[in-house]
Amino acid sequence: MNERDLTATVNGVQRSARVEARLTLADVLRDCWRLTGTHLGCEHGVCGACTVMVDGLAVRSCLMLAIQADGCEVTTIEGIGPESGGLSLVQRMFQQEHGLQCGFCTPGLVISVAALLADNPSPTDEEILDGLSGNLCRCTGYQGIIHAVRAAAAAIAGEPG
Amino acid sequence: MKAAPFEYHAPASVTETLELLGRYADDVKVLAGGQSLIPMMALRLARFDHLVDLNRVPSLRYIREQDGMLRIGAMTTQACIAGSRSIARAAPLITRATSLIGHFQIRNRGTIGGSLAHADGAAEYPAAALTLDAMFEVTSSNGARLVPAGDFFVSAFTTAVQPNEILSAVHIPAADGRTGFAVEEMARRRGDFALVGAMCAVGLDAQRRVERAAITFFGVGGVPVRGHGAEQAIIGQAAAQVDGTEIGQLAVADLDPAADVHASGRYRSRVARALAVQVVERALEEAVNEEGSQSRGSQ
Repeated sequence: MNERDLTATVNGVQRSARVEARLTLADVLRDCWRLTGTHLGCEHGVCGACTVMVDGLAVRSCLMLAIQADGCEVTTIEGIGPESGGLSLVQRMFQQEHGLQCGFCTPGLVISVAALLADNPSPTDEEILDGLSGNLCRCTGYQGIIHAVRAAAAAIAGEPG
Repeated sequence: MKAAPFEYHAPASVTETLELLGRYADDVKVLAGGQSLIPMMALRLARFDHLVDLNRVPSLRYIREQDGMLRIGAMTTQACIAGSRSIARAAPLITRATSLIGHFQIRNRGTIGGSLAHADGAAEYPAAALTLDAMFEVTSSNGARLVPAGDFFVSAFTTAVQPNEILSAVHIPAADGRTGFAVEEMARRRGDFALVGAMCAVGLDAQRRVERAAITFFGVGGVPVRGHGAEQAIIGQAAAQVDGTEIGQLAVADLDPAADVHASGRYRSRVARALAVQVVERALEEAVNEEGSQSRGSQ
């Protein structure tokens, strides 16, 4: 077994593990660190359920080896909310606009939408569709999700200064 | 679903990378962005005893323009390329092709070198490199050699890169004068590989006659294919008088796309012809409006 030591800052906390090289970041987040909010759907980069942020960029954690995250900052759904607890703006808007049903795809979608709005706080409808295209949802038909992104963008625009 | 076990190497330099390739020559694979290789390994379509990860080789990440040549390091991510102003100006076809690759989460890790070396016949970058007459910088312990795009793509997923070599950069002639570029593809879902796609690059002379032309199809076989007959037919013509429909017909004359579960060969040919008309007309229109000015938007 080719095992290696891995240390990463996950949701602001430094974590270490000794991992097999073949394990993906998603595997280690879930199985070693018990951060099971990151969901695994397809495990080959199609569904987007496992989307997390690595050094501020949204990536599919099933398409990255865990050891590649050595020294990186990782943010998962467990770390997306405010430090004081509760939901992030994007999560609140998903709740308000019925942007989820079974909830399996939601962690990946919330991370993707957070990344989309950080990059482009006032996306056009076309940009919203493009930004959501990397995440599959089999329940909602996407309309509630689109409304949630629009509502989050409007809330950002309405925030003072 | 897990990749078969392998030994992982993360060299910090090209020299170290090449040493590892020499040492494990029998069963080694280079890992770039991993957006195709990692799923192939997870699905056990591919397995290797040794994986050499280029992500910690900083000297392979750069975008430089020098002496009319744009040079992009192999490990430059697609997200970096999408945001690069110098690429938008010197090689707008690359910028536009980038927006069609996967999704933004894929582009955050996917690299130009990985996409070119993976050489999927339906991918955007191989077709763009062929359209722009790019040169591929391939490095071994004996130094670097340059391979023209026409010789680089050998067959499906197979390139001119030898087991002791890596693709280290791609060199693209910078757009100059009255030039126009267009890319169009047909995919069933946003971000999917194209069922078929077409690209066009044209250059006009001072009288707005076509001086240079390249028309390329992707998703029509193992490698991207140039429509040389159609290119020859429009060279010398006044840009305003080119009959796009006729050129589209000519461009697909020699195509023989394979059928698969996604589409029949005949359907692909028909779509290819329609896309060829669009890209030729749009590239010519852009070149006519260019007037040799340096200003060019990203789209």
